[in-house]
Amino acid sequence: MTKIILPELGEGITKAVVSYWYFQAGQAVKKGEDLVEFTTDKATFNLPSPVSGKLTEILAPEGQNVNVGQAIGNIEE
Amino acid sequence: MSSGFDFEVLDLGLIDYQKGFSWQQDLVNEIASGKRKGVLIFCEHSPVITLGRSAKKENVLKPGEQLKSLGIEVVAANRGGDVTLHLPGQLVVYPVFNLRYLGRDIGLFLRNIEKAVISLLNDYRIKATALEGSTGVWVEQKKIASIGIAVKNWVAYHGVSLNINCNLDLFSLIRPCGQDIIMTSMARFIHFNDLNVSEIKIKLADKFKQVFTRG
Repeated sequence: MTKIILPELGEGITKAVVSYWYFQAGQAVKKGEDLVEFTTDKATFNLPSPVSGKLTEILAPEGQNVNVGQAIGNIEE
Repeated sequence: MSSGFDFEVLDLGLIDYQKGFSWQQDLVNEIASGKRKGVLIFCEHSPVITLGRSAKKENVLKPGEQLKSLGIEVVAANRGGDVTLHLPGQLVVYPVFNLRYLGRDIGLFLRNIEKAVISLLNDYRIKATALEGSTGVWVEQKKIASIGIAVKNWVAYHGVSLNINCNLDLFSLIRPCGQDIIMTSMARFIHFNDLNVSEIKIKLADKFKQVFTRG
Protein backbone atom coordinates (compact mmCIF):
# COMPACT_ATOMS: atom_id res chain seq x y z
CA MET A 1 0.00 0.00 0.00
CA THR A 2 1.28 3.47 -0.88
CA LYS A 3 0.34 6.44 1.26
CA ILE A 4 -0.47 9.67 -0.57
CA ILE A 5 0.90 12.63 1.31
CA LEU A 6 1.04 16.39 0.85
CA PRO A 7 4.66 16.86 -0.25
CA GLU A 8 6.99 19.72 0.64
CA LEU A 9 5.94 22.67 -1.54
CA GLY A 10 8.70 25.03 -0.47
CA GLU A 11 9.56 28.10 1.54
CA GLY A 12 6.88 29.19 3.98
CA ILE A 13 4.26 26.68 2.85
CA THR A 14 3.24 24.40 5.73
CA LYS A 15 -0.29 23.51 4.72
CA ALA A 16 -2.74 23.46 1.83
CA VAL A 17 -6.38 22.75 1.12
CA VAL A 18 -7.38 19.63 -0.79
CA SER A 19 -9.28 21.32 -3.61
CA TYR A 20 -10.01 18.49 -6.05
CA TRP A 21 -9.77 14.71 -6.23
CA TYR A 22 -9.55 13.51 -9.84
CA PHE A 23 -10.66 10.01 -8.76
CA GLN A 24 -13.11 8.53 -6.28
CA ALA A 25 -12.24 5.86 -3.74
CA GLY A 26 -12.32 2.45 -5.42
CA GLN A 27 -11.20 3.67 -8.84
CA ALA A 28 -8.07 2.52 -10.66
CA VAL A 29 -5.32 5.10 -11.20
CA LYS A 30 -2.18 5.00 -13.32
CA LYS A 31 1.23 6.24 -12.26
CA GLY A 32 1.72 9.85 -13.39
CA GLU A 33 -1.98 10.68 -13.82
CA ASP A 34 -3.28 13.76 -12.00
CA LEU A 35 -4.55 12.42 -8.69
CA VAL A 36 -5.34 15.36 -6.43
CA GLU A 37 -5.13 19.16 -6.51
CA PHE A 38 -4.06 21.25 -3.54
CA THR A 39 -4.57 24.98 -3.16
CA THR A 40 -2.49 27.40 -1.12
CA ASP A 41 -2.92 31.15 -0.83
CA LYS A 42 -1.64 31.95 -4.33
CA ALA A 43 -0.94 28.60 -5.97
CA THR A 44 -2.60 25.39 -7.03
CA PHE A 45 -0.54 22.21 -7.13
CA ASN A 46 -1.46 19.01 -8.97
CA LEU A 47 -0.04 15.86 -7.43
CA PRO A 48 0.38 13.00 -9.90
CA SER A 49 -0.19 9.45 -8.70
CA PRO A 50 3.14 7.98 -7.51
CA VAL A 51 2.09 4.43 -8.50
CA SER A 52 -0.48 2.49 -10.51
CA GLY A 53 -3.18 0.73 -8.53
CA LYS A 54 -6.53 1.25 -6.83
CA LEU A 55 -7.31 4.34 -4.77
CA THR A 56 -8.64 2.46 -1.76
CA GLU A 57 -9.20 5.31 0.63
CA ILE A 58 -9.55 9.11 0.68
CA LEU A 59 -8.55 10.36 4.13
CA ALA A 60 -8.85 14.09 3.38
CA PRO A 61 -11.92 15.10 1.35
CA GLU A 62 -12.16 18.24 -0.79
CA GLY A 63 -12.15 21.37 1.33
CA GLN A 64 -10.02 19.91 4.11
CA ASN A 65 -6.89 21.69 5.33
CA VAL A 66 -3.88 19.38 5.51
CA ASN A 67 -0.30 19.80 6.72
CA VAL A 68 2.83 19.02 4.73
CA GLY A 69 3.63 15.34 5.26
CA GLN A 70 0.07 14.43 6.23
CA ALA A 71 -1.47 11.31 4.64
CA ILE A 72 -4.51 12.12 2.53
CA GLY A 73 -5.21 8.76 0.87
CA ASN A 74 -4.02 5.24 0.12
CA ILE A 75 -3.34 3.37 -3.12
CA GLU A 76 -3.13 -0.41 -3.26
CA GLU A 77 -0.71 -1.55 -5.96
CA MET B 1 19.84 28.18 -7.38
CA SER B 2 19.45 27.92 -11.16
CA SER B 3 21.31 24.62 -11.85
CA GLY B 4 21.29 24.99 -15.62
CA PHE B 5 17.92 26.67 -15.91
CA ASP B 6 17.20 28.95 -18.85
CA PHE B 7 14.10 30.12 -20.66
CA GLU B 8 12.85 31.48 -23.97
CA VAL B 9 10.69 34.60 -24.35
CA LEU B 10 7.41 34.57 -26.28
CA ASP B 11 5.40 37.75 -26.90
CA LEU B 12 1.78 36.97 -27.82
CA GLY B 13 0.59 40.59 -27.91
CA LEU B 14 -3.12 41.22 -27.29
CA ILE B 15 -4.75 37.81 -27.03
CA ASP B 16 -8.01 36.36 -25.74
CA TYR B 17 -7.61 34.95 -22.20
CA GLN B 18 -8.62 31.41 -23.19
CA LYS B 19 -6.22 31.39 -26.15
CA GLY B 20 -3.46 32.50 -23.80
CA PHE B 21 -4.43 29.65 -21.49
CA SER B 22 -4.22 27.15 -24.40
CA TRP B 23 -0.71 28.39 -25.17
CA GLN B 24 0.26 27.80 -21.56
CA GLN B 25 -1.23 24.29 -21.48
CA ASP B 26 0.68 23.29 -24.62
CA LEU B 27 3.90 24.67 -23.17
CA VAL B 28 3.33 22.96 -19.81
CA ASN B 29 3.15 19.62 -21.65
CA GLU B 30 6.27 20.37 -23.73
CA ILE B 31 8.21 21.47 -20.69
CA ALA B 32 7.07 18.51 -18.57
CA SER B 33 8.24 16.18 -21.35
CA GLY B 34 11.68 17.84 -21.31
CA LYS B 35 11.54 19.52 -24.75
CA ARG B 36 12.09 22.94 -23.16
CA LYS B 37 13.00 24.20 -19.70
CA GLY B 38 10.92 27.31 -19.57
CA VAL B 39 9.10 29.97 -21.59
CA LEU B 40 8.36 33.49 -20.38
CA ILE B 41 5.14 34.62 -22.07
CA PHE B 42 4.19 38.29 -22.39
CA CYS B 43 0.68 39.27 -23.43
CA GLU B 44 -2.27 41.55 -22.80
CA HIS B 45 -5.87 40.44 -22.51
CA SER B 46 -9.14 42.03 -23.58
CA PRO B 47 -11.14 42.87 -20.44
CA VAL B 48 -11.81 39.67 -18.51
CA ILE B 49 -12.50 38.87 -14.86
CA THR B 50 -10.91 35.61 -13.77
CA LEU B 51 -11.87 33.59 -10.72
CA GLY B 52 -9.04 31.67 -9.08
CA ARG B 53 -9.55 28.55 -7.00
CA SER B 54 -10.12 30.54 -3.79
CA ALA B 55 -12.53 33.01 -5.43
CA LYS B 56 -15.78 33.91 -3.77
CA LYS B 57 -18.53 34.95 -6.18
CA GLU B 58 -19.45 37.95 -4.02
CA ASN B 59 -16.06 39.46 -4.89
CA VAL B 60 -17.47 40.19 -8.36
CA LEU B 61 -19.47 43.28 -7.46
CA LYS B 62 -21.65 43.73 -10.55
CA PRO B 63 -24.18 41.35 -12.11
CA GLY B 64 -23.16 39.24 -15.10
CA GLU B 65 -25.49 41.12 -17.48
CA GLN B 66 -23.91 44.45 -16.65
CA LEU B 67 -20.44 43.01 -17.16
CA LYS B 68 -21.53 41.53 -20.46
CA SER B 69 -22.83 44.91 -21.61
CA LEU B 70 -19.39 46.32 -20.81
CA GLY B 71 -17.81 43.56 -22.92
CA ILE B 72 -16.25 41.89 -19.89
CA GLU B 73 -16.18 38.11 -19.66
CA VAL B 74 -16.06 36.21 -16.36
CA VAL B 75 -13.91 33.07 -16.54
CA ALA B 76 -12.95 30.38 -14.01
CA ALA B 77 -9.18 29.89 -13.82
CA ASN B 78 -7.31 26.97 -12.26
CA ARG B 79 -4.72 29.20 -10.60
CA GLY B 80 -4.41 30.00 -6.93
CA GLY B 81 -5.87 33.21 -5.54
CA ASP B 82 -9.23 34.98 -5.67
CA VAL B 83 -10.69 37.29 -8.31
CA THR B 84 -8.69 39.49 -10.64
CA LEU B 85 -9.18 41.58 -13.74
CA HIS B 86 -7.13 41.68 -16.91
CA LEU B 87 -7.47 44.51 -19.40
CA PRO B 88 -5.49 46.32 -22.08
CA GLY B 89 -2.68 48.41 -20.65
CA GLN B 90 -1.84 45.68 -18.16
CA LEU B 91 1.17 43.50 -18.96
CA VAL B 92 0.40 39.84 -18.24
CA VAL B 93 3.46 37.68 -17.69
CA TYR B 94 3.25 33.90 -17.61
CA PRO B 95 6.52 32.30 -16.51
CA VAL B 96 5.92 28.71 -17.64
CA PHE B 97 8.95 27.32 -15.87
CA ASN B 98 10.07 23.83 -14.90
CA LEU B 99 10.45 24.08 -11.13
CA ARG B 100 12.54 20.91 -11.10
CA TYR B 101 15.41 23.21 -12.11
CA LEU B 102 14.45 25.74 -9.44
CA GLY B 103 14.50 23.67 -6.28
CA ARG B 104 10.86 22.51 -6.44
CA ASP B 105 10.01 25.46 -4.23
CA ILE B 106 6.68 27.18 -4.92
CA GLY B 107 7.15 29.72 -2.11
CA LEU B 108 10.55 30.76 -3.44
CA PHE B 109 9.16 30.92 -7.00
CA LEU B 110 6.45 33.38 -5.87
CA ARG B 111 9.01 35.50 -3.95
CA ASN B 112 11.29 35.56 -7.00
CA ILE B 113 8.49 36.76 -9.28
CA GLU B 114 7.90 39.60 -6.82
CA LYS B 115 11.63 40.31 -6.76
CA ALA B 116 11.84 40.60 -10.57
CA VAL B 117 8.87 43.00 -10.75
CA ILE B 118 10.12 45.11 -7.83
CA SER B 119 13.55 45.40 -9.42
CA LEU B 120 11.96 46.54 -12.70
CA LEU B 121 9.85 49.18 -10.93
CA ASN B 122 12.84 50.40 -8.96
CA ASP B 123 14.61 51.02 -12.28
CA TYR B 124 11.73 53.36 -13.11
CA ARG B 125 12.21 54.99 -9.69
CA ILE B 126 8.93 53.57 -8.43
CA LYS B 127 9.44 52.47 -4.83
CA ALA B 128 7.76 49.07 -4.89
CA THR B 129 7.77 46.44 -2.16
CA ALA B 130 6.52 43.00 -1.24
CA LEU B 131 4.32 42.68 1.83
CA GLU B 132 4.69 39.59 3.95
CA GLY B 133 1.51 37.54 3.87
CA SER B 134 0.08 39.49 0.89
CA THR B 135 1.66 38.06 -2.25
CA GLY B 136 1.92 40.66 -4.99
CA VAL B 137 3.78 43.92 -5.52
CA TRP B 138 2.76 47.09 -3.74
CA VAL B 139 3.46 50.82 -4.03
CA GLU B 140 2.38 53.15 -1.23
CA GLN B 141 0.00 50.44 0.13
CA LYS B 142 -1.64 50.08 -3.30
CA LYS B 143 -1.32 47.01 -5.46
CA ILE B 144 0.48 47.39 -8.78
CA ALA B 145 0.99 43.71 -9.64
CA SER B 146 -1.10 40.63 -8.78
CA ILE B 147 0.23 37.09 -8.69
CA GLY B 148 -1.46 33.69 -8.94
CA ILE B 149 0.03 30.47 -10.25
CA ALA B 150 -0.69 26.80 -10.89
CA VAL B 151 1.79 23.93 -10.84
CA LYS B 152 1.37 20.71 -12.80
CA ASN B 153 4.08 18.04 -12.92
CA TRP B 154 6.26 20.65 -11.23
CA VAL B 155 5.79 23.01 -14.20
CA ALA B 156 4.51 26.41 -13.10
CA TYR B 157 2.08 28.44 -15.21
CA HIS B 158 -0.25 31.44 -14.88
CA GLY B 159 1.79 34.25 -13.27
CA VAL B 160 1.73 37.97 -12.70
CA SER B 161 -0.17 40.94 -14.11
CA LEU B 162 1.49 44.35 -13.92
CA ASN B 163 -0.63 47.46 -14.34
CA ILE B 164 1.20 49.76 -16.72
CA ASN B 165 -1.33 52.19 -18.11
CA CYS B 166 -4.76 50.61 -17.76
CA ASN B 167 -8.19 51.96 -16.82
CA LEU B 168 -8.05 51.49 -13.05
CA ASP B 169 -11.73 52.44 -12.72
CA LEU B 170 -12.65 48.96 -13.98
CA PHE B 171 -11.20 47.41 -10.81
CA SER B 172 -14.24 48.82 -8.98
CA LEU B 173 -16.16 45.95 -10.60
CA ILE B 174 -14.42 43.48 -8.28
CA ARG B 175 -12.80 43.15 -4.86
CA PRO B 176 -9.29 42.50 -6.23
CA CYS B 177 -7.84 39.33 -4.70
CA GLY B 178 -10.89 39.26 -2.39
CA GLN B 179 -9.56 42.20 -0.40
CA ASP B 180 -10.49 45.84 0.07
CA ILE B 181 -7.44 47.16 -1.70
CA ILE B 182 -6.76 49.98 -4.08
CA MET B 183 -5.03 49.23 -7.34
CA THR B 184 -2.47 51.47 -8.95
CA SER B 185 -0.40 51.50 -12.13
CA MET B 186 2.99 52.65 -13.40
CA ALA B 187 1.24 55.53 -15.20
CA ARG B 188 0.37 57.05 -11.82
CA PHE B 189 4.08 57.59 -11.17
CA ILE B 190 5.65 58.11 -14.59
CA HIS B 191 4.85 60.42 -17.45
CA PHE B 192 3.05 58.62 -20.27
CA ASN B 193 5.84 59.47 -22.72
CA ASP B 194 8.31 57.54 -20.58
CA LEU B 195 6.19 54.38 -20.57
CA ASN B 196 7.36 52.30 -23.48
CA VAL B 197 5.79 48.84 -23.22
CA SER B 198 8.33 47.22 -25.56
CA GLU B 199 11.13 48.55 -23.38
CA ILE B 200 9.35 47.36 -20.21
CA LYS B 201 9.10 43.84 -21.65
CA ILE B 202 12.81 43.75 -22.52
CA LYS B 203 13.76 45.02 -19.07
CA LEU B 204 11.40 42.64 -17.27
CA ALA B 205 12.68 39.63 -19.26
CA ASP B 206 16.17 40.63 -18.14
CA LYS B 207 15.03 40.86 -14.51
CA PHE B 208 13.59 37.35 -14.76
CA LYS B 209 16.94 36.21 -16.22
CA GLN B 210 18.79 37.79 -13.32
CA VAL B 211 16.52 36.29 -10.69
CA PHE B 212 15.95 32.82 -12.14
CA THR B 213 19.10 31.99 -14.09
CA ARG B 214 21.85 33.95 -12.42
CA GLY B 215 20.46 33.96 -8.88
